[in-house]
Amino acid sequence: MNEKKSNSQIWDLVIRPNAPWWDLELNEVWRYRDLVWMFVRRDFVSVYKQTVLGPIWFFIQPLLTTMMFTLVFSNVAKIPTDGLPPMLFYLAGITPWNYFSACLSKTSSTFVSNANIFGKVYFPRLATPIAIVISNLVQFVIQFALFFAFLFYYWANGTKLDPNWIAIFFLTPGLLFLMALLGLGTGIIISSLTTKYRDFTFLVAFGIQLAMYATPVIYPAGMVPKQYRFWIDLNPMSAIIEAFRSAFLGGPIPWAGLAVATTVTFISLFLGILIFKKVERDFMDTV
Amino acid sequence: MSEAVISIENISKIYRLGEIGTGSLAHDVNRWWHRIRGKEDPYLKFGQVNDRTKSLKKTGKNHNPPNDWVYALKDVTFEVKQGEVLGIIGRNGAGKSTLLKILSRVTSQTSGQIKVKGRIASLLEVGTGFHHELTGRENIFLNGAILGMRHGEIASKFDEIVEFSGCGRYIDTPVKRYSSGMHVRLAFAVAAHLDPEILIVDEVLAVGDAEFQNKCIGKMKDVACSGRTVLFVSHNLSAISSFCSSGLVLKQGTTTGITSTQQAIAEYLTSDSTDKNNTSWIGKIKHEQLEFTEFSVCGNNRSGQIETTMSIEVNFAFNVTKPIAHLVVALYVETSTGSKLALSAQYDDPAQGLPTHLGPGLYRFKVTIPPSTLAQGHYRFIPDIGIHNVERIVGESAAVSVSIINSMGLGLKFITGAVNEGQFRPQWKWQFENNTRA
Repeated sequence: MNEKKSNSQIWDLVIRPNAPWWDLELNEVWRYRDLVWMFVRRDFVSVYKQTVLGPIWFFIQPLLTTMMFTLVFSNVAKIPTDGLPPMLFYLAGITPWNYFSACLSKTSSTFVSNANIFGKVYFPRLATPIAIVISNLVQFVIQFALFFAFLFYYWANGTKLDPNWIAIFFLTPGLLFLMALLGLGTGIIISSLTTKYRDFTFLVAFGIQLAMYATPVIYPAGMVPKQYRFWIDLNPMSAIIEAFRSAFLGGPIPWAGLAVATTVTFISLFLGILIFKKVERDFMDTV
Repeated sequence: MSEAVISIENISKIYRLGEIGTGSLAHDVNRWWHRIRGKEDPYLKFGQVNDRTKSLKKTGKNHNPPNDWVYALKDVTFEVKQGEVLGIIGRNGAGKSTLLKILSRVTSQTSGQIKVKGRIASLLEVGTGFHHELTGRENIFLNGAILGMRHGEIASKFDEIVEFSGCGRYIDTPVKRYSSGMHVRLAFAVAAHLDPEILIVDEVLAVGDAEFQNKCIGKMKDVACSGRTVLFVSHNLSAISSFCSSGLVLKQGTTTGITSTQQAIAEYLTSDSTDKNNTSWIGKIKHEQLEFTEFSVCGNNRSGQIETTMSIEVNFAFNVTKPIAHLVVALYVETSTGSKLALSAQYDDPAQGLPTHLGPGLYRFKVTIPPSTLAQGHYRFIPDIGIHNVERIVGESAAVSVSIINSMGLGLKFITGAVNEGQFRPQWKWQFENNTRA
């Protein structure tokens, strides 16, 4: 629409009440990449302030969890682990799952926990969950080092392992990326939905715990009875966890499942960004 | 040079008051249902004027929901030119911060659009995003990045920032150990080194010591002088009048447009008093010995506008019931912002012989201010009646606001460029000597 005054006026920015729904504005996030990096640094640095051991604490959780799982699920419940040593089996499942659950749980409270900074200054709001997803990588790397140490220990002790090195090389970053996007997508969907009506926040914490049982982390997917197999396969994380485990420990890589997981991931990401964009405009009025 | 950098067109913002819960869910579903069908939002019709003093009337059993919707801003339109320093003033709840939030894209408007040329940097709060566990150094980079600076930019200005903040010794200590003043100084130091084309500042100068406040105003003046545009919201009227080139008054979400700073301040202040140009007070202030009935101010033309060329008569009327000793009748003249200008009392000139002891009866005192004394502007005239060394009987409660205009008095002959004449424009004696050698 033309203004009555200087038509020759070129405006750098036009602020309208609504943006077209298909406009993801990802170039804005790219312009603010320095800020994303600053957030990552801040998240990482602030966790270890005033601790002596620092990042070593990241080893403790998977170690203790694996030991507990071995005790309960392998020794007590006697759930088979596909012929692989239980500790290794559980660790291979926990390491990627921890990354995903950390991404999901932290991004799902983006709006509410950052309301004070969002309310004072503009920057593309997507920068915050993206920074969360990147800073969780540090935790993953540390836990992955632990896993790798165990892998090496078992291999050196003669356990029959069949790691598919080519798959590992390509799949590890690929799976990581996929988990990051899935965590980001579902996290921002939940975040957008829970800004005004906070009902879903109660679900998130224990929902993620329950979801771990619905994913083949503690048991191999092959063990699931036929009638439930469909639901397990529907879960995108199933294929990712199975693929991660198979690549490192031997076993078939579920390519079909991965394809489904990728599709679900990208759909949830796209939907997530759309809903996020709608909510970020005036969530400050109701958060 | 005078092209518009911000064009604000019909901005409106509606808010829903009250709590969010099942009631609001019903509203939201209703609005969504209307939007899906392409119809207009039904609640926009009900939006009321944002008068924070009016409490909700519970209308019996039918507590009508539409009372919850208010227009924080309604059809605000104005244009800011390049290099202008605009002061935005208004009462609490007028919509100033909402307007700035919309401009800073923190929230979005309900309707209308804003066109901007150049980069906007907003200071809605100092220390945005400061993380208390990080050191001052780390926070400078973080805060700078949040405000939109690139990493390289911050690094190159780092030393200047630390110097401006005056926190050099503490720069590697976590910010949680700083005093609140240092917090603000560091935060403002980062913000002051932004290089935006348009700077928006929202009442952030309310903190910090005097030296720091001066530094801040100085820095903002530098920004203004370098040709950049500044939008400044404040309640500090002296800062506004010294620093801004134009003003905008917001009143319950609406505005009449951009005017000169003095006009805006005057408009803001006169809307404070309940009566626009009420130059007389009539009532009853009872005291055991005296009953005050009238206090009025007028020019010697008795009614209509008071001109600077007129002498101003101030009348005090009261009724003495019991004999009163050591009575003091005085007049205070104050500026509209409350600074005292002058005091005059009936006992000033003993030669005049005005009484301080009065028996019962009706009395009237009058003081006359000579013509060409007060400059044009808005004043408050406050009576001061009391018993010497004992008590005050009448004071602020009978104050009146007076406007004086200048359409034929001093100062109109030549235009000197000075906008603010001050409070006095007296006619003093001038002399002249020609000392050139022949």
